[in-house]
Formats: sequence, C-alpha cells, structure tokens
Amino acid sequence: MSSLLAFLIFVAILAGFGAFLIILSSSLGPRPKPNPARDMPYESGVAGTETAESRISVKFYLTAILFIIFDIEIIFMYPWALTFMDFVKQGNGMYILGSMGIFIVLFVVGLIWEVKSKALEWH
Amino acid sequence: MGKDTFEIVVNILKMLVIFLVMVQLVPVLVWLERRVSAFMQNRYGPNRVGPLGLIQLLADAVKFLFKEPFFPAKGMAVMYYGAPIMALIPGALALAAIPLGLPLHLEPFTWLGHDFGPYDFLIQGYDFGVGIVVVLGVSSLGAYSLLMAGWGSSNKYSLLGALRASAQMVSYELALGLSLVGILMIFNTFSFYEIINQQVGLPLSFNFFGNVTTISWLPNWGIFFNPLGALIFFCASFAETNRLPFDLPEAEGELVAGFHTEYGGFALLMFYIGEYGHMMVASALMVTFYFGGYSLPLVPTEVVHNWIASGSLASHPNWAALLTSLLFFVVLLVKVLLFLLIYIWVRWTLPRFRYDQLMDLGWKTMLPWALFNTVLTAVWLALSHKPA
Repeated sequence: MSSLLAFLIFVAILAGFGAFLIILSSSLGPRPKPNPARDMPYESGVAGTETAESRISVKFYLTAILFIIFDIEIIFMYPWALTFMDFVKQGNGMYILGSMGIFIVLFVVGLIWEVKSKALEWH
Repeated sequence: MGKDTFEIVVNILKMLVIFLVMVQLVPVLVWLERRVSAFMQNRYGPNRVGPLGLIQLLADAVKFLFKEPFFPAKGMAVMYYGAPIMALIPGALALAAIPLGLPLHLEPFTWLGHDFGPYDFLIQGYDFGVGIVVVLGVSSLGAYSLLMAGWGSSNKYSLLGALRASAQMVSYELALGLSLVGILMIFNTFSFYEIINQQVGLPLSFNFFGNVTTISWLPNWGIFFNPLGALIFFCASFAETNRLPFDLPEAEGELVAGFHTEYGGFALLMFYIGEYGHMMVASALMVTFYFGGYSLPLVPTEVVHNWIASGSLASHPNWAALLTSLLFFVVLLVKVLLFLLIYIWVRWTLPRFRYDQLMDLGWKTMLPWALFNTVLTAVWLALSHKPA
C-alpha cells in the first residue's frame, strides 16, 4: 500500500517536472510571426506530397495482434517459473515439466504456423 | 510511506535523488558517446568547453531552453506536448524500482534535540516485492511516448518512425520477457533483494545430480547459471531502447529523424533523457540478474561494513551504515556504466539492420532461442535436483 502511494507520488512528480520543462522551454524561446510555410510538416524542403493520414501497411496491425497473443502466453510462464523449484524439491519435477511441456508445444506450434503462414514476411 | 515525518520526507527525497541521478547521468553519457565515437573515428569530439569538453552538454541544455517553440500545422497539441513528458516517465519509474544499494539500517539517534529511529531505508524508490514484474510492466509503457509523438506531429515520417518503433519494441519484448524466465526459475523469486542476496559474497556453487559443486574462485553470479538467457536479454534490450544496430525508428536515410522529426529544443532533449533512462534500466537489470547487483564479487557485505565501521572515518554506527550503502551504490554505478559503455561501443561498431531482417531476427531467431533457453533450464533443473 505504501509502495503504491510512493509510486503514485513519483508519477505526479515526474509528470509535473516534465510539464514544467515543456512550459519553461516554450515560454523562453523567441516567438517570430506565424509563417504557414515554416509550420508545414517537414518534407525535405519541398511542399508536402503525402499527409500523415495516408494508408499504412496492415503488417503493423498484424504484428501488434501477434504480440498480444504471444505476450499473454509468456506471461503464463512467469508464475510457472516461480513455483517450479518448489515442485522439484517435492519430487514432482516431471509433473510440472510435463504440464508446462504441453503448453510450450502449443506455443511452438503457434510460432511455426505463424512463420509458415507468412504473417511475418515484410516486403 | 513511513512512521513519522522524517521517514516520509526521506522516502520522497530518495525518489527525487534517483530521478536526478538519472537526469544528471544523461549529459555525462551524451558526452561519453560523442567522445568515444570521436576516438573510434580518429577525431577529437567536443573538447573545448570546460575540462575535456565536459561542460559542453550543460551549454547545450541552456541553448535548448532558449530555442524557438515550434508546433506543426495540423498537429495534435495534447499528444505533441504529452509525448516528451511520457518519454521521461517510464524510465525513471522503472529505475526507481530497482535496488541501487545495500539497504540502510539506522540506529536510534538524536538530531536537533529530537529523538529519531530506528529506521530501515531501501536505496530504491519503492519495493513492491514482485520487482521484475513492475519493471517490465512500467518500462514497456515507453512505446506510448513514441506513438504519441508520431501521431501528434502529423508528419508521415514521424508516423512511420513511430509505427516501426512500436512494432519493433513489442517484437523484442517477447524475447526479452521470455529470456528472464530461465533465471527466475533458478533464483525462484521475483524479488530483487532475494535475487541479489543469492549472489552476494558466495562462491559459485550449483547442484550437480545431488552433489553440490563449488568453484571457489568464481562469484555466485547469474551469468554462470544462464549465459544464453543473459545474451538474449542483452541483445533484446538494444532493440527495446532503440539503439543501434536496432535504431530503425530513426533511420535517417529513410525517415529523416523518425518519430522526433518535428521536435526541437528541450522537448527533443527529453526524448534523449528517456532513451538513456531506458538504457540505464536495462543495464541495471543486467547487473542485478546476472552480475550480482550492487555486491562486490566474493566479498560479503558484512565484511565491508565491519571494515568501514572499524576505520576512523565513521565515528557513529549510523555513519558507517550510510557510508557502506554509498559504497555499494558506487559499485552498482560502476557496473552499470560498464554496460552503458558497451552500448556506446556497439553503436559505433555495428551497422543498422534492414527492417525485414530486424523483424526476422526478433521473431524467428531470438524468440525460439529464448524458448529453448527456458526449456533447457527447466529440464536441467528438474533432472539435476534429487528430491529431498
């Protein structure tokens, strides 16, 4: 509980410090007259040909979805890793190894399927 | 937070000091980066402002403060200004969750006519007891800062850089998270203090089919138990911090400057503070898991404490405890700086990957190797331990 309080206080301190720096730096600098040519998004010195709203590759979306699936699978291994030695010391090493082995086989099959289906190919 | 005002004030000051140490290390690291790169490229680097050019970055920071504030047309203000703040937060939060020195025990003492103590302070912002989970969870929030910067700038280069960065960070986070499972199995805990206590002052000893084998001239460090995991963790941390050879988000040949194309002045500097902060977190984790944390190899902390307490420097036991904690903080700092030096060394040695090579390396090479490391560790532990 007190750790959480310290954590939240630290978040507030950091956010306040960051906001202070942004406000300080934007109030100290010179303010020239507004100039539409200068305020344009950077495009190698010529007028912009493409805006940020243009289409982007669906691969990024696919990568994010795959990340979520695999990350959740990895999260499941953390409690398993924590209790592993307790089972081994009780003589149940093969049981904990086998039960996670099934899960890891599923993980590997998923990874192989993902590679075979060319979900990770970038062109 | 604490029992009385003194303890609460110290605990809040502690977090501020950790944050300031992080922020103050950034100019030193930037200076180191420029000097090392200069020496590697047979030139001088910054050497005019102050001794060895050390004041250069201070001058730069002051100059950054007085830069013209720029806001791109069609940009989104909340995200554009929020991104540098968001860059600052995760690195500092994660660093404050890592133990940076020996816990400090203060005997009761009298100060300004009031009685205080006894106190126990951790050289750490806060301890949740599940250490590594908090650090991994908080430090991966760094991807939001890049996405906010890319989206809020309303520039195609920024957006592409941010998307690349986030895809790369999430891909390597898998290998990063999985590479730690092996070492967690060996130490059998999530708590940083228990992990460090298993490595402090002991010679290397492992269970070999029921016989405990001891090698007296090696410290009991995690690197000897799980070298493959350490290698994968270190490689993945390069990608997590967007450092070369994985700095695709800011590949200047393709994307101008990536997600921070539209930034300048102090906002740009805040992205750098975030990046170096993440490097410090990765190095500190590397040291904590694999290189004994704040401890000296083969020397128990009690020996150091007794040595300091017996000297003439520390007249009071509290001063001895304080000096011991400070000494171990310096030990950790030296270890972390060595790893940061490796980061800089690698940056100026290796060329950048192509984007498809980068994703292939993350998904098809490092993730299977991390999984192999996990399975290997599990099988080894299950077979080599005879049940009691």
